[in-house]
Amino acid sequence: MKTAVIVFPGSNCDRDMYEAIQCGLGVEVEYVWHAETSLAGFDAIMIPGGFSYGDYLRTGAIARFSNIMPAIVQAANEGKPVLGVCNGFQILLEAGLLPGALIRNKNLKFMCRTVGLEVVNPHTMFSSLYEKGEVIRLPIAHGEGNYYCDEATLAKLKAENRIVFKYQNNPNGSVADIAGIINEKGNVLGMMPHPERAVDALLGNVSGLRLFQSILKHWRDSVATVTA
Amino acid sequence: MKKVKVYVTLKEGVLDPQGKAVEGAMHRLGYPEASGVRIGKFIEFAMTDDACSDQNIRELCEKLLANTVIEEFRYEVEEVTSP
Amino acid sequence: MPQLQHEPTAEEIAKNRLYLKMGLKENEYERIIEVLGRKPNYTETGLFAVMWSEHCSYKTSKPVLKRFPTSGPRVLQGPGEGAGIVDIGDHQAVVFKIESHNHPSAIEPYQGAATGVGGIIRDVFSMGARPIALLNSLRFGPLTSSRARYLFEEVVSGIAGYGNCIGIPTVGGEVAFDASYEGNPLVNAMCVGLINHEDIQKGQASGIGNTVMYVGAATGRDGIHGATFASEELTEASDEKRPAVQVGDPFMEKLLLEATLEAIKSDAIVGIQDMGAAGLASSSSEMASKAGVGIEMNLDLVPQREAGMTPYEMMLSESQERMLLVVKKGREAEIQEIFRKWDLYAAACGRVIEEKVLRLLHHGTVAAEVPVDALVKDAPVYHMPSQEPAQYRARQEQEAWRPEITNYKEILLNLLKDPTIASKEWVYNQYDYMVQTNTVVSPGSDAAVVRIRGTQKALAMTTDGNAKYLKLDPEAGGKIAVCEAARNIICSGGEPLAVTDNLNFGNPEKPDVFWQIEKAADGISAACRTLETPVISGNVSLYNETNGQAIDPTPVIGMVGLIENVHHITTVSVKAPGDLIYVIGRAKGEFGGSALQRLLTGDVFGRPPQIDLELEKKREKQLLSAIKAGIIQSAHDISEGGLAVAVAESLFNTKLGASLTISGDNVSELFDETQSRFIVTVKKEDAERLTTMVEDAYPIGFVTDGPRLTIQTEDGIIIDDELSFYENAWKGAIPCLMTAN
Repeated sequence: MKTAVIVFPGSNCDRDMYEAIQCGLGVEVEYVWHAETSLAGFDAIMIPGGFSYGDYLRTGAIARFSNIMPAIVQAANEGKPVLGVCNGFQILLEAGLLPGALIRNKNLKFMCRTVGLEVVNPHTMFSSLYEKGEVIRLPIAHGEGNYYCDEATLAKLKAENRIVFKYQNNPNGSVADIAGIINEKGNVLGMMPHPERAVDALLGNVSGLRLFQSILKHWRDSVATVTA
Repeated sequence: MKKVKVYVTLKEGVLDPQGKAVEGAMHRLGYPEASGVRIGKFIEFAMTDDACSDQNIRELCEKLLANTVIEEFRYEVEEVTSP
Repeated sequence: MPQLQHEPTAEEIAKNRLYLKMGLKENEYERIIEVLGRKPNYTETGLFAVMWSEHCSYKTSKPVLKRFPTSGPRVLQGPGEGAGIVDIGDHQAVVFKIESHNHPSAIEPYQGAATGVGGIIRDVFSMGARPIALLNSLRFGPLTSSRARYLFEEVVSGIAGYGNCIGIPTVGGEVAFDASYEGNPLVNAMCVGLINHEDIQKGQASGIGNTVMYVGAATGRDGIHGATFASEELTEASDEKRPAVQVGDPFMEKLLLEATLEAIKSDAIVGIQDMGAAGLASSSSEMASKAGVGIEMNLDLVPQREAGMTPYEMMLSESQERMLLVVKKGREAEIQEIFRKWDLYAAACGRVIEEKVLRLLHHGTVAAEVPVDALVKDAPVYHMPSQEPAQYRARQEQEAWRPEITNYKEILLNLLKDPTIASKEWVYNQYDYMVQTNTVVSPGSDAAVVRIRGTQKALAMTTDGNAKYLKLDPEAGGKIAVCEAARNIICSGGEPLAVTDNLNFGNPEKPDVFWQIEKAADGISAACRTLETPVISGNVSLYNETNGQAIDPTPVIGMVGLIENVHHITTVSVKAPGDLIYVIGRAKGEFGGSALQRLLTGDVFGRPPQIDLELEKKREKQLLSAIKAGIIQSAHDISEGGLAVAVAESLFNTKLGASLTISGDNVSELFDETQSRFIVTVKKEDAERLTTMVEDAYPIGFVTDGPRLTIQTEDGIIIDDELSFYENAWKGAIPCLMTAN
């Protein structure tokens, strides 16, 4: 499986994501600069956290117009796994690949800590190695992680089982305690917590590893199906 | 040459914790009479006459300047009088 | 300084003594005339004014700084460059420095703190190192004052806003509150970077004919005379100086950081220096002076974001996020391409010349020409008069204070609620301390620990300083500050490597203040020598006085240590019920300057605790050996609040408790601040090995299951409480004060 880690000016967690894939998961990974236009040859796309374009205007607002965005949309349409973490989630929302928006934390302060998340939907290509209802602990670090969507969108998300992770103790005011959601097709996941920060035993937390392993498992199964 | 002034505000139903915090500060400053504080953005730019259509401005606002999921916008267009 | 319609001529400057307004003294102006052989024009006067300010020239502190030990077998770069460099083996080195932004933070706390962080980060990557961690040392007035709360909140936001956006984890530091800082908050920012030996850069303009290139943000009118502002006391008029505070853009700096590190890979760069205080003026003149050359710059080629900027304004501007590079002649295009990728200006604006002058060209004329050494190497140096204050002698002779305590529970509670001691979670939860996924020990333990990818090594880092001890005895206090930092490194499993110091003092023109500076430096030097931690970089912030009242002498010690193997990494938190608790070093009943003394009397007096540097060194070595032998489960140094506070801190956030049996004088045992003491826990089976390896270790109890703290003495049980009683108060102290109005 070949993974792309997209790098925008101001991305900070690109290296963290790269190391998580290379060392944590153990598969091929490459950085892709925002000015590139193609993602041919990549099987999975990671949009890492950070402050792309300094969060100018709105977080993710400017990144969504970069050269690489059409290729990301195409990869999403082709059913490839696309994971947006933190700022990555914000960019997916601005690009319209996921519904809703992220606004400032309710308490108006940046928050860095490890929180409990409930795995609501273990049937996605990102969560298949977790159990339904399992509580995992992942780090969050954001000032604008407050997920918002209107009633109709929320109803749709619930009806289609597209909420993947929920906060046990809502830290930022997100509607319905939403921490991560997928698109209709189920191959684009946006989440505020950082799974790439929880793959190394030395740092004390490996709860994020199974998320990446789920993606790998899905890819292997799909390749096997094709060659069978 | 025209000058476009865009006002972007949060939609009615969206929680504005910043607005609430500022409202509290207003009260503490001695103005309990103030209420309903909403915080938005003001963006202005110049545009050549031929490109300055409602359609174009709307597109700029809808696609970039405002996130229509949570924000609404209105704008004014002014003639730029040369100095 | 207001924008002038017409710049005063050299004659007008002389006649109206305008140089005084710029911060130059009468004798300094005369010296300039001597050096130039003529009167200086407006731009030249400005150059001298900023370069000869205390902040840039260290003119009153140089004689004192000379006392520091600055070399050692591992030191690759001592003071004099952007940051100091220490070898850590495997062709790698650690780069670090601490710097202050006190005066700007008092006026505009968010931007003052943010740009302080920005500046220190540039200092580190100007050496070619990738910044891997940030720490900060902050001091404010008591949180009962709304101004202190405002400054505290905004400073923390500013540090968070900048550090988080640029993606460097803020992993540690300290915050203290005291009336002494009411008018003068202290904001000291430290940055640590990692570098391979072959990538080390210097801030020197070598090679006649090479090109001087300006990279980063465009120059505006921000912060003009920021350096002279930092060299003055604060008064009511200081608010008008708001324009002298710079505005930072962390995104711009992130781009600058990435571009600079990329550019270093090409060997086209011969020198880099960041544009900090006094911007273009300091970077160009310092780079030239250090290399023994001159620089000629064409100011028409400097990227400007305001119209009609004068040479004076361009040279003195402190616009942020800019660097000066010296590039091999002919290779400018390579560098420009790299910076263009990151959307940054890279303008060739000058060349290195043989004549040792700084020559500035503007609109076809020579706007200024000054010998570089006059601006830098040969800047004035003053030997200030020093006078031991009468109070000091009196205090030294005072009888030792003996506190009377009946309610131990209440005392421990109140100590833990003291914002200086209480949990700082409110602060560090606003900092991203995990980004870069290298943080092994986050804020909350003794030192932060950051691992080095690709190796088995890690770095421990801390900032420390106890101004109360220095107030009573600056020399002893200086020694103790270094020892405290070293203890924090040792307790984390690291060997202390070197020190970066930030000296924060009042007005050095007052003999009793200068005496404090000298004595503190002597103490720091002595400790650094004994503990073999040379001072490799640092900063001096003087004139921290408001309306004539100086702050307590506050040198802050930043220290980095090397942890050979990640298996040695140790934290303060106890690990398992049944583990035995040992104390290293007996209490001697020393309370001068202690938290208890402050709590019970509202003041500090007498002599601070004694410090025996050889004993300190011995205990540190023994403890570190025990840690490396794998027998130490947790380690914590005993500092403010004494043993009782240290035990409590070791239990918080663990869901475990402790049962202690104390003998001797209860009050001393529990609350005194005798130096060179630690509290450690070991498994039962390792107890004997501990007492063999660590001479002065003696048992006081054991870790228990349920979260309770029980302390038994010869007089019976004096504390027996649910730990949550103390933990909630400790955790809630700062949040409560911040939300109360």
